[in-house]
Amino acid sequence: MDEPKTAPVPLWEVFIRSRNGLAHKHVGSLHAADAALAMQAARDLYTRRGEGLSIWIVPSSAIIASDPADRDMLFEPALTKAYRHPTFYDVPDDVGHM
Amino acid sequence: MATSSIAVNETPHTLYVLRRADDALVLGHRLSEWVGHAPTLEEEMALANLGLDLIGQARALYAHAAALEGAGHDEDDLAYLRDAPQYRNLLLVELPNGDFAQTIIRQFLYASFAEPYWRAMRTSTDATLAAIAAKAEKEHRYHLRHATDWMIRLGDGTEESHARSQAALDRLWPYGGEMFECDAGERGLVDAGVAVDPAPLRAEWETRVTAALAEATLARPSGSWMQSGGRSGRHTEHLGRLLAELQHLQRTYPGAQW
Repeated sequence: MDEPKTAPVPLWEVFIRSRNGLAHKHVGSLHAADAALAMQAARDLYTRRGEGLSIWIVPSSAIIASDPADRDMLFEPALTKAYRHPTFYDVPDDVGHM
Repeated sequence: MATSSIAVNETPHTLYVLRRADDALVLGHRLSEWVGHAPTLEEEMALANLGLDLIGQARALYAHAAALEGAGHDEDDLAYLRDAPQYRNLLLVELPNGDFAQTIIRQFLYASFAEPYWRAMRTSTDATLAAIAAKAEKEHRYHLRHATDWMIRLGDGTEESHARSQAALDRLWPYGGEMFECDAGERGLVDAGVAVDPAPLRAEWETRVTAALAEATLARPSGSWMQSGGRSGRHTEHLGRLLAELQHLQRTYPGAQW
């Protein structure tokens, strides 16, 4: 580690997959100096009660987030388009559970 | 009203289990002392987790020692009602935490030994020890990885972290030899397939420690003199204070429950 000791410790986002077949789900964040220590910290912080079978970790700086100020523009138009939900179609009995 | 200490009938088998139980309890307690003081929140959880692994191992081993002794004692009696001279742990694990580097170096030296030791214990002819080993081996494997990764980063880190790590290594090194001791009683248990023979593990330990120290840019201490005594109850001044804190409640309120 070449940074001076005053360098901020990077922030990481942690995703846990709890069972086979499920997707990794965001569970929180942590500070760690590098990827290996972030993995151990994630294990120690977020899987203490048998929550996980797999851990993904992403540098928080790699997350591209939507701007809260754009919320109206991005999401409001969808609210008036209820026909996009598949509830307008009759499902034939033969199809069974979809 | 203080409660009096118990005397344990130490057959070789009981003593063998008790020594490993004491290692686990004392080191687990030391790690628990970091709670509220660790350098970061993340590492505080990590150290507490390691401590809980060890205290869990201690419980299983004490219960087994009590069953072997067959004198009506239970795991709590063995943990809480023996004085320092009756404790049989390695001196290494009772030494104070010092700074974070010293805690990490101690964990590294111990886990480098404990991981192969408990891996070998899985084939013990004592079925209970073998079952405890199946769980403990995985825990020690993680302890070793955690301690090694930290030691490399501290040793190969800043000037200050390097100096502190080297000082910790120099201080703790003479306590490493005790891990490989095997007295006549244990030798008999090795021959019976109950105990693990530490001698063949030494080469693996040396290789692993030498490689990790090199990666951490730490100089391996050259001295060969080794401290000893914990296995027969001759302890440093530090164990008494540790036990005073650990045993205080049960000594003051005998049999107190949650």
